[in-house]
Amino acid sequence: MNDASSSFINVGERTNVTGSARFKKLILNDDYEAALGVARQQVENGAQIIDINMDEGMLDSEAAMVRFLNLIASEPDISRVPIMVDSSKWSVIEAGLKCIQGKPIVNSISLKEGEEAFLHHARLCKRFGAAVVVMAFDTVGQADTEDRKYEICERSYKLLTEKVGFPPEDIIFDPNIFAVATGIEEHNNYGVDFINATKRIRENLPHAHVSGGVSNVSFSFRGNDLVREAMHSVFLYHAIRAGMDMGIVNAGQLAIYEDIDPELRERVEDVILNRREDATDRLLEIAEQFRGEGGKKREEDLSWREVPVGERLTHSLVKGINAFIEEDTEEARLQFDRPLHVIEGPLMDGMNVVGDLFGEGKMFLPQVVKSARVMKQAVAYLMPFMEKEKENTGATGVESAGKVLMATVKGDVHDIGKNIVGVVLQCNNFEVVDLGVMVPAATILEEAKKEKVDIIGLSGLITPSLDEMCHVAAEMERLDFDIPLLIGGATTSKVHTAVKVDPNYSKGQAVYVTDASRAVGVARNLLAGDGRTNYQAEIADDYKKMAEAHAKKQQVGPRVSIQGARDNKYSIDWSDYVPPRPSFLGTKTFEEYDLEKLVPNIDWTPFFSTWEMKGTYPRIFEDNVRGAAARELFDDAQVMLAKIVEEKWLRPKAVIGFWPANQINHDDIELYTDETRDTHLTMFHTLRQQMARKNDRANFALSDFVAPIDSGLADYVGGFAVTTGHGEENHAERFKADKDDYSGIMLSALADRLAEAFAEHMHGRVRREFWGYAPNENFSNEELIKEAYDGIRPAPGYPAQPDHTEKGTLFNLLDAEKQAGIKLTESYAMWPGSSVSGIYFSHPEAQYFGVGKIQEDQVKDYAARKGMSLKECEKWLAPMLNYRPESD
Amino acid sequence: MTDLSREERVAKFYEEAAKRILVLDGAMGTMIQGYKLEEADYRGDRFIDHAIDVKGNNELISLVQKDILRDIHLEYYRAGCDIAETNTFGATVVAQGDYEMESLAYEMNVESAKIAREAAALAQAEDGKIRFVAGVLGPTNRTASISPDVNDPAFRNITYDALVDAYTSAVKGLIEGGADTLLVETIFDTLNAKAALHAIQDVFEECGFELPIMISGTITDLSGRLLSGQTAEAFWYSVRHVKPFSIGLNCALGAEQMRQYIADLGRVSDALVSAHPNAGLPNEFGEYDETPEMMSGLVGEFAQSGLVNILGGCCGTTPAHIKAIAEAVEGVAPRTVRETETAMRLSGLEPFVHA
Repeated sequence: MNDASSSFINVGERTNVTGSARFKKLILNDDYEAALGVARQQVENGAQIIDINMDEGMLDSEAAMVRFLNLIASEPDISRVPIMVDSSKWSVIEAGLKCIQGKPIVNSISLKEGEEAFLHHARLCKRFGAAVVVMAFDTVGQADTEDRKYEICERSYKLLTEKVGFPPEDIIFDPNIFAVATGIEEHNNYGVDFINATKRIRENLPHAHVSGGVSNVSFSFRGNDLVREAMHSVFLYHAIRAGMDMGIVNAGQLAIYEDIDPELRERVEDVILNRREDATDRLLEIAEQFRGEGGKKREEDLSWREVPVGERLTHSLVKGINAFIEEDTEEARLQFDRPLHVIEGPLMDGMNVVGDLFGEGKMFLPQVVKSARVMKQAVAYLMPFMEKEKENTGATGVESAGKVLMATVKGDVHDIGKNIVGVVLQCNNFEVVDLGVMVPAATILEEAKKEKVDIIGLSGLITPSLDEMCHVAAEMERLDFDIPLLIGGATTSKVHTAVKVDPNYSKGQAVYVTDASRAVGVARNLLAGDGRTNYQAEIADDYKKMAEAHAKKQQVGPRVSIQGARDNKYSIDWSDYVPPRPSFLGTKTFEEYDLEKLVPNIDWTPFFSTWEMKGTYPRIFEDNVRGAAARELFDDAQVMLAKIVEEKWLRPKAVIGFWPANQINHDDIELYTDETRDTHLTMFHTLRQQMARKNDRANFALSDFVAPIDSGLADYVGGFAVTTGHGEENHAERFKADKDDYSGIMLSALADRLAEAFAEHMHGRVRREFWGYAPNENFSNEELIKEAYDGIRPAPGYPAQPDHTEKGTLFNLLDAEKQAGIKLTESYAMWPGSSVSGIYFSHPEAQYFGVGKIQEDQVKDYAARKGMSLKECEKWLAPMLNYRPESD
Repeated sequence: MTDLSREERVAKFYEEAAKRILVLDGAMGTMIQGYKLEEADYRGDRFIDHAIDVKGNNELISLVQKDILRDIHLEYYRAGCDIAETNTFGATVVAQGDYEMESLAYEMNVESAKIAREAAALAQAEDGKIRFVAGVLGPTNRTASISPDVNDPAFRNITYDALVDAYTSAVKGLIEGGADTLLVETIFDTLNAKAALHAIQDVFEECGFELPIMISGTITDLSGRLLSGQTAEAFWYSVRHVKPFSIGLNCALGAEQMRQYIADLGRVSDALVSAHPNAGLPNEFGEYDETPEMMSGLVGEFAQSGLVNILGGCCGTTPAHIKAIAEAVEGVAPRTVRETETAMRLSGLEPFVHA
């Protein structure tokens, strides 16, 4: 039992779309699997209650709440703790309460809309058996002074206990934590107001609890984590003593009270407790000294150089240090009879330590890749000695654990994930034959025969690659292969592998691999003595069940006809709207863009996930488990980034364009050659959501954001294609020659980030200059990442328009191949891989959404509009279909 | 004594429970099986033309074979039971869907309660001892917090609202028919039970009076959890807001396996505690073979150890078992209910207490 009496309860807040940009993004992208991961991680990290909030304008909040709670119900690791259903809309709370078997907390009710609504909501909470958070809020507004806070809480308490018969122990007051040190004098006492009100509540309102969102208090010091953490810690220190017994506190954003620098602590305490008039100024004075202290370099400790050579090699491998590797390898070689024994002895021992630590979650992917680099360099050093020995004695080399062929399939160019898997396999003594990207099935299978590999691994990122993987499987069947086929990459899934890939390959087994950390286990099991029989049989059985269940499974959610969806399209009021005119029409090309300008726009969070490091930048540095590894990875990235910029490793190129355009026939956007709008230039076709709506949410299509032709308005759309991939190959080759996978993968990951940053940067210029509808806009990078600006830039092939072939239309318009040197593959992947393209929409109400699964009626209509056969259209839209096409 | 008003009977119920251990009846299904009824017997004259087979729809007995049902209740009462459970385990709009008899659910509840009341009056006339009727609300054949589709864990084949509607009509029928107390039992998904309790409270509010609420969950195996994953203590925190008359466990386990979880509930609960276990665990033929002596010995020990206030039997128990149990607890003092410390008692699958 979690008996937490007299201690402080920490409520997990990461599953709150208003508080976590990452969670919001996952929910908006319909990635509930990853969203569940967020919840699981919170519980694992010690959250005793989890707060769930889906209040987001672009969401059907009720549906999202219900779905997420239902999913949580099937995850015992998460649902073991109580849930706090959080919404400002009562309907969302009620929908949530109907999904929870435990006794939850409602967050929140208040006197904001008067006594009647308050009593009504309180009675319903009682009926559902839920505890409640009561905000200190009434019809006048949110309570800010001590007296107002206490008085509203007291009045609420009386209404609840006397009129509703609500158990007082199930009441939690939130007397509002507001920001202090804002520069506005009236705010200076907010900390004291909260602390004193808390004291009065606990003294006078028996059994009631007090809670609050702690990070608010330090809002004015955004960007200075150290000062913020000190403020949180000092505030809690005093509030807990006053009786605050619950709260939303990010444990990673909390300093230990005693550890705070005494001078800082005193000045923070002056601010929180409003002890002197110049408290804010005095804190500001010293705040700068504490900014970014986390990045301080440590003195290098070389004491490990004293230990025996075997241990030194292990140390180098585990820590990924290559400074001494040749020297130590040579020393070891002289001690052993044969160079092979150095590999089989100390080097393999070291790698086993790495493998064990990785398996236990004590080492992280970037560290393992670094270890592999050290290992490869040691082996490379020994190679000439081994060859010489072979010439002299005919001795054989190392026996590998198995030979694996890896390739990114035809039409796809993404290879970071594949390269990482390759490195991890190599670390574990597998021999890897890497065929690179855009590899046709025939080449894969020829090489597989020639190299006599034990396993084939396929990777792909874009949806058309799924089809290509099925094709490879079918070819393996035809050519009588029976070796295992591993499937991995962003759009692949276990279900797809079980239902679509594996049935094509009855002679062998297709196996889905979630991520690099699983690859070794899977490969080992597949090749182990009886693995070919037992392990494969288990997988086959599992996949068969999955395929059967999938076949039986009903369609996803209720859908409406395309006509019904159009009737409920998102209708913008065009009557008073004047579409902004771009500063030019046609295209504009940017050659050799300055890399330095892109760096501030980098979103680092996805960089960490590329390395399978889960967490949000910059908070990931505070993570108890992976913080240090994240910091090290980030520091390495900064070093390389500086070189990329300084030595111009990459040559960014871009092309953008604007065209007169209007919405026609609901779902299409017609582009015209000039302002007369007489001559058709081309057409963007869009897809419309078909989920049945219970509320006032519309069924969106991108065309909704462009003025319809009959509005008489002269509207426009834009397009762009940017790349930072030119030049990457030269350096990648160099790293390959140096056996430095770590740097190679680092470069790809940074090039990808720079391409995204380029798209963000260019979009900013478009809004301010080229389209010019927001000339004075000034957002921080965090706000840009949260997409706080007007207008959107969706890319074909992604949720708002899942059809990759629309990229063809866009590239023709931009003449992107000639202007920016970006080619499209047969699967509509962009080459070089570090490229981004999309369509610009300027309307302030334009927003991102996911089309979701669509019906046959729309696909038929869409195919006719595009002049494509139904069969081909279904092929491109395969993952989106809410039905089984006849061609299937 | 036989024509007490509802208020008087309810008052008497509290009074008797304070004095002694009350005895519930045993299995209904086993008894009905003993009559070896065929399809035609289930149909009677009234449902001769019903479109699909109804054999096995035991709630239908309440409408077409009232005498049989009355005799079963009488047999249990005569064996020494204080509280008969109405023949309404599956009498909800939801569960009757299996037989396309949704529209009869309300009537089944009314008639079942009436027949049990009649039997109670007859038994009481025979020996002058007061008898009670517990209106049973079963779990239905669907679960509100478990997906029936392994590939779509967010999917549900029943909503909370649909359950509340179904239970509302059942509760109204049971009250109309004369139940003295309501028994929400065989709970394997607490969310279903919460919907039943929601309906009960709504109906009480509408009627302007309340009946004692008895709640009985089902711990499915030795993991000590309900099918929906909650521990006994977490389950108690999910339902205690209705201030139930009793909390307990029934079905799935025999007395021996159930004991520790009954003890768990007793430690945290400020309501009376009930237990009506199966007659042991089923053997390889699916039969229960704990004899009346064995079973009464086991639950008699519950009573001696002060663990329970209400005892009875579930699957496999017969009037002979109930007779043995009634004799075993005769004169044994009921468990004393203790006050619990005031604290916020929340739950997920596991309990969470914050004072």
